Amino acid sequence: MSVWRAARAIAAKDLRIEWRHKTALLTATLFAVLVLLVFVFSRDPASVPLASIAPSVLWVTLALSALVALNRAFLLEREHAALDGILLAPVPRQALFWGKLLSNLAFVLTVQAVAFPLWVLFFNITPTGALLAIVVVVLLASVGFTAVGTLFSAMAVRTRFAELLLPVLMLPFMIPPVFAASEATMRLLAGRPIGELWGWLRLLALYDVVFVVLANLLFPAVVDE
Amino acid sequence: MSEAVASLLLVRGVARTFGRLHALRGVDLAVAAGEVVLLLGPNGAGKSTLLRVVAGLARPTKGSVRVAGRDVHAEPSSRSALGLLSHQSFLYDDLTARENLRFAAALHGLNGVDSLVEDAIEAMGLARFADRPVAGFSRGTQQRLAIARATLHQPSLLLLDEPFTGLDAHSAGELRSRIAAERAAGRAVVCVTHEPGEAWLPATRVVALAGGRVVLDQPRPDSLEEFRVAYGRAVAA
Repeated sequence: MSVWRAARAIAAKDLRIEWRHKTALLTATLFAVLVLLVFVFSRDPASVPLASIAPSVLWVTLALSALVALNRAFLLEREHAALDGILLAPVPRQALFWGKLLSNLAFVLTVQAVAFPLWVLFFNITPTGALLAIVVVVLLASVGFTAVGTLFSAMAVRTRFAELLLPVLMLPFMIPPVFAASEATMRLLAGRPIGELWGWLRLLALYDVVFVVLANLLFPAVVDE
Repeated sequence: MSEAVASLLLVRGVARTFGRLHALRGVDLAVAAGEVVLLLGPNGAGKSTLLRVVAGLARPTKGSVRVAGRDVHAEPSSRSALGLLSHQSFLYDDLTARENLRFAAALHGLNGVDSLVEDAIEAMGLARFADRPVAGFSRGTQQRLAIARATLHQPSLLLLDEPFTGLDAHSAGELRSRIAAERAAGRAVVCVTHEPGEAWLPATRVVALAGGRVVLDQPRPDSLEEFRVAYGRAVAA
């Protein structure tokens, strides 16, 4: 039995359920829009220009909305002990990790696909080639913190306070990718030479590799009793 | 033929602790094909823990579990020989009956999913519920679907964890018939229950746990009432 076949089945099941309801998707998207609006309206336009806070606001928005999105990853496995039903399958536990990582990534990127154009609109970002490069930064950063979120949401779901525990566990691990992505975004918007970006992009790629591998290795210990 | 091969399920010296709590203390159990074992015991005896360890859902602190000669915890593929039906259905409320079964089939890597799923739906009398979300199902209908899910891959060992909980008399009767059918097909069944009368007739053997140990293991006697006396003594000892 292939790990990938089971992983695809798990991801497809998650997305089918989410598509049917759209509750979590709409909640996370609305949350992202509200965070953007709070930043736009709470700044003092006379002393804080939009351009100076745009990179930080983008990454605070994407990180927090990803947290909201990742919170639902394992909650639906609680009903009728469905998680046990998956763990009974004759496949390594990693199939569940990869399946959840795929569906979480699709979910997080969907929320970001709505938040990103709104950020461009609200912060008067000039549509240039830099925006495409920022999209690449978004993809790179999202893979890493979604892998960490998948691991931690599996850990948190067995507790009574899963919704509260996940942000506490995850936020410290989000600091490196959010910091690196914010620095890269700032340089891209300022039109700095591409050479200044490589360090930050390498850091994001390294974070992705390290945490995808680590989360994959640790996942069986997290889901086994 | 070695015991490991002759027994479909071989539990050897299994212990399981939760912090200071000893849920299982060196349990030995061998179950052959065609046996229906009633696993009894008072609350906290370790019945459900033992079933979870056998199903590969919980790791033993000590000892080993082999199904069809393979270690359940070391070889994930060995779980293809296992089916588990509990009072939890493992179903998704937002998916239809057919979608739940297709998902289970995909997890088990089964071929010919369409015909397998349709056969299961037909066999369990779920045709008119097949495209409805599980959320609207009665407990009995959910249980029929859960049975279809647990047996879709035709496991040689079926584990039942208090499967009669919440079932009405008709659904309980259907479940007893199903257990008898599994036995007739040469499969083994281990059924955890509080009340031996629930699955007395299809049973071939009774095992009782108390304090995490096997305190009684015998062929099923003819008289349930006489057994209740022996069981009471064994558990109290």
